[in-house]
Amino acid sequence: MGVVQWAISPWGQTVPIHIAWFLIYLMASAGLVFLVVHAIYVRYFASAEEFSGSISQSAAASVPARVPRHSFAARAFHWIMAAAMLTLLFTAFLPKVGFPFAWVTYHWIAGLVLTASILFHIVHATFFMDFWAIWPNKEDMEEGMNRLKRTLGQDAPAPRRFAKYPFENKMYHGVIVLTGLSVMLTGIFMIFRVRTGIFPRNPYLFGDMTWGLMYVLHGLAGVSLIALIIVHIYFAMRPEKFVLTKSMVFGSLPKEYYLEHHDPERWVVEGSSKGASV
Amino acid sequence: MAVIRDVMPAFDLLQPSTAADAQRLLEQHGSDAWVLAGGLDSFDWLKDRIKKPKVVVDLSGVDELRGVRATSDGGVEIGAMTTLTEVVTNPIIKERFSLLSQGAELAASPQIRNQGTIGGNVSQDARCHYYRAGWPCYRAGGNLCYADTPTGRNREHAILHADRCVAVNPSDSAPALIALDAQFVIKTSKGDRIVDAEDYFIGPDLDITHLNILRPGDLLTAIRIPATWAGAKFYFERVRDRNVWDFALLNVASAMTVSGGNIDKVRVAVNGAAARPLRLKAVEDAVRGKPANAATGEMAGKLAVEGAVPLQFNAYKIPMMRNLVKRAIGGVEVATWA
Repeated sequence: MGVVQWAISPWGQTVPIHIAWFLIYLMASAGLVFLVVHAIYVRYFASAEEFSGSISQSAAASVPARVPRHSFAARAFHWIMAAAMLTLLFTAFLPKVGFPFAWVTYHWIAGLVLTASILFHIVHATFFMDFWAIWPNKEDMEEGMNRLKRTLGQDAPAPRRFAKYPFENKMYHGVIVLTGLSVMLTGIFMIFRVRTGIFPRNPYLFGDMTWGLMYVLHGLAGVSLIALIIVHIYFAMRPEKFVLTKSMVFGSLPKEYYLEHHDPERWVVEGSSKGASV
Repeated sequence: MAVIRDVMPAFDLLQPSTAADAQRLLEQHGSDAWVLAGGLDSFDWLKDRIKKPKVVVDLSGVDELRGVRATSDGGVEIGAMTTLTEVVTNPIIKERFSLLSQGAELAASPQIRNQGTIGGNVSQDARCHYYRAGWPCYRAGGNLCYADTPTGRNREHAILHADRCVAVNPSDSAPALIALDAQFVIKTSKGDRIVDAEDYFIGPDLDITHLNILRPGDLLTAIRIPATWAGAKFYFERVRDRNVWDFALLNVASAMTVSGGNIDKVRVAVNGAAARPLRLKAVEDAVRGKPANAATGEMAGKLAVEGAVPLQFNAYKIPMMRNLVKRAIGGVEVATWA
């Protein structure tokens, strides 16, 4: 049982045509298993979060009561992308699991919305935000390793408080970038296979092998997103993370949460004097 | 690929004698099973070695699926294994629902009608030559429609409701059954399911690999025609390249009642224009209450083809469909010697 469905083209070539559809169930199951295992781990086995150092009184005093975390543009992007992504997942996979409906038009329109929102995000993040804030750096890697060791009961120093984004957020963002760009780029070309009224239809844009690989990549990234989105929604709903979810709606975090989890030296808040952690 | 004709792949042949047994076998073997009715669709697939079922469930021994029975409400129930010839010659159908006998009589050739069944006729697969040749098109589970490419041959293909795949439904009896407001009886593991004729057929927007709602384990057992349209004014016309054997390029079926020269009730359906036979509800609504004449027919014809999108080689279908619907509503002017 392969992960890719193959066919013989009219010219006798063996070409991939799409992913095997059992991957839908596999990835949905993987997302749900992660959710259950993580919930059990947090409930029964996880120890309280510990950070090294403490924040000086003067630094804490300069932090505003609400710490701005996401600009309006960033929040708008996130929710538009979320709506487009969920529409894409539902329209792509519901018909495959027994809920048939006319999905193609909704799918490509949602795909164009996702593409536009991603392009906006790339420009916005590159020129109007701290571009590197979301990418893992060497310090993140080292601290991530230390946290893993501590989770496994080994000796390792307690990590510092986070910068604006915790290491897990950065890793998740990286994976979403890879999968998101994969579905977006392949999806744009696949739009040329259907009648949209926007692009001239051209099924001969690529050869059968290239098209097949494109469908497979689109499918693999798509089913990966099932698990990734399940995990994302799970964390967004977790009680200890819900404050972050609210910040994606209202734009800011409470000062207490900020001081508990974030290092004012690593994430300098607008309107505060640069604090010093001790 | 179609490489060897006449040598079918090996399969287990199961020959139940009751519909219940047939359904159970279909349920048991799921997507590995193939339903064999008259064989006119099946043997093409099997001999070309394009479909390779593990199990073939032959319905020829299921007598309860044969025959035409009058129902208490004045309608008829036609067993799915009733041959087209029996449908054509049945006196009740001829007298009360001649629309269906006209449609069935125009199907294929006498030999084929002697062998082909009504259930097979409505359930047969698309006749797109790319699909039938075994190419990995959308309908075969692939990711391309070879007929809808810049060089594709698509003279027989869809002008309406194409969604990636442009194949059409080839049935001649289907539009007549839709016009007669028939219901299809499907035996499933959960009991009998009854669906309106127009809901039996599906387009590629809903399911690109099937032309109807039958799924593994389902068995079409009968078609019921209510008395609603008995003795109404019927019209059936079919256009094909040759007057026997060929599949229809387009066909139209209408049933109407006329009072005081005006159309009272009407149902119109066409096939060969899309992947499913189309009931023309907009046309029905537009002509209801209007005189059954050429002007109304003209208007109906124009309305019927609104939204039609031709491919490279089938633009002729648009005026053809316009004229068929026009004639179905307004009637055909009979040529006379001046």
